[in-house]
Amino acid sequence: MLRDTWVLFRHGVGVTLRQKVGVVFGAVQPLLFLVLFGPIFTTFGTWETLVPGLIIQLGLMSMGLAGFGIVFEKRSGVLERMRVTPASRLALLLGRVLTNAVTLILQTLLLLAVAFALGLRAPALGLVAGFVLVVVLGLSLAALSYAVALTMNEQLFAPAMSTAVIPLVLLSGSFLPMSMAPGWLDALSHVSPFRYVLEALRDLFHGHYLTGTVAAGVAVTAVFAVVSLTIGTRVFNRENA
Amino acid sequence: MIKTSGLSKTFDGGVEAVRDVGISVEPGEIVGFLGPNGAGKTTTMRMLTTLLRPTSGTATVAGHDLRADAKEVRRNIGYVAQGGGILPTAPLKGELELQGMLYGLSRQESAAKTREVLAGLDLAGLETRLGGALSGGQSRRFDIAFALLHDPALLFLDEPTTGLDPQSRANLWGHIRALREEKGMTVFLTTHYLDEADALCDRLLIIDHGRIVAEGAPAELKTGGRTLDDVFLDITGRSLREESALSGKGA
Repeated sequence: MLRDTWVLFRHGVGVTLRQKVGVVFGAVQPLLFLVLFGPIFTTFGTWETLVPGLIIQLGLMSMGLAGFGIVFEKRSGVLERMRVTPASRLALLLGRVLTNAVTLILQTLLLLAVAFALGLRAPALGLVAGFVLVVVLGLSLAALSYAVALTMNEQLFAPAMSTAVIPLVLLSGSFLPMSMAPGWLDALSHVSPFRYVLEALRDLFHGHYLTGTVAAGVAVTAVFAVVSLTIGTRVFNRENA
Repeated sequence: MIKTSGLSKTFDGGVEAVRDVGISVEPGEIVGFLGPNGAGKTTTMRMLTTLLRPTSGTATVAGHDLRADAKEVRRNIGYVAQGGGILPTAPLKGELELQGMLYGLSRQESAAKTREVLAGLDLAGLETRLGGALSGGQSRRFDIAFALLHDPALLFLDEPTTGLDPQSRANLWGHIRALREEKGMTVFLTTHYLDEADALCDRLLIIDHGRIVAEGAPAELKTGGRTLDDVFLDITGRSLREESALSGKGA
């Protein structure tokens, strides 16, 4: 299983690195927010508050739509061609998901580089810990995205996921902390797991490591990862996937 | 090479696609699987290639139990689906080498095997193209190349020549015959074309409404001066030529 995962991952990374424009293009929207909204936000907030929000936005948009790729592979018969090899179904999922993680890492590094140029000053430990959290979240989102793509009508996948991502980004508090929201909206946002991850990320970027918020973010990320990977594997194992 | 007993598949909603199918295929045979559209050909083939789980029955494919040892079955068979499996936007060489590695070959072995298989199918030099830049015949031969990288003992072909012009079909028949003659490969294929079934297959199985309704060598089935189409019409109530035209893919 590990070998097959590695084989698919290495192939996927090769393809990703040949499509550099695609990697950059996927990060354009958060970059625009950073450059055009960041200077306004920092008149009353900090870069360490805004940038984690944009990373979550990036993760949701980039990884939430990862299932697009599998739709094409399914339609062209490539997925079935791979499913008839002895490679494990889990490897077929993990190889793709890990490739998506590389894309997210590159995009996040690009976002952080620009953010540092604009004034972000987060501690190294907070950055590394935040990075790990974001990568795990991204892996989970990609697995879930594949599961949705293989389950629902192919034509509906793009509009459904694009529509779902926007409220999730807003409810996570990506652009403004949800503590500024009216009570009902603040309460509603607690339904979204991404709020907890984002708040943990903000604490980490501010250099606060051993807090309840960080613990909640880590716990939610771990649960989300287990649930998403379980769902993804089950869908990949299904006979009509 | 293939032995099934009571093989059945009922889909959600109660549709019985395949009922109590018994198939026996000997090593080195080329067996044609014929039937009207919706008769259960592809469902049977997808079960035999581990892509669908049978509802009931037993099957041994390439010496391994279909249910208990699906991974070993996959290791020993090649499968070319009806719609193929080529990504139009990807260079073929990388995709072929990846497929070989998923069959357990090392990168070097897969690259060498890719060269060998492509040469055997008269495709050498085309592997640098994108999948979308191939003709119909080339595309079908590449589909077969993907299924041969691991030297399978048994090759499943689901309507391998559908949509191809007569010249490409004849070319592909030559390659299929060569696989048996040079490598002793067993081939199990579905087809809508009588001339293909007649010319290529040692034995035919005819399926209708999910059941095997006739079996034998083409010459055995064509008794009393009847053509294969007459046989098919007698058994299924439909003409195979009509089926070919219905599928909208007649060559």
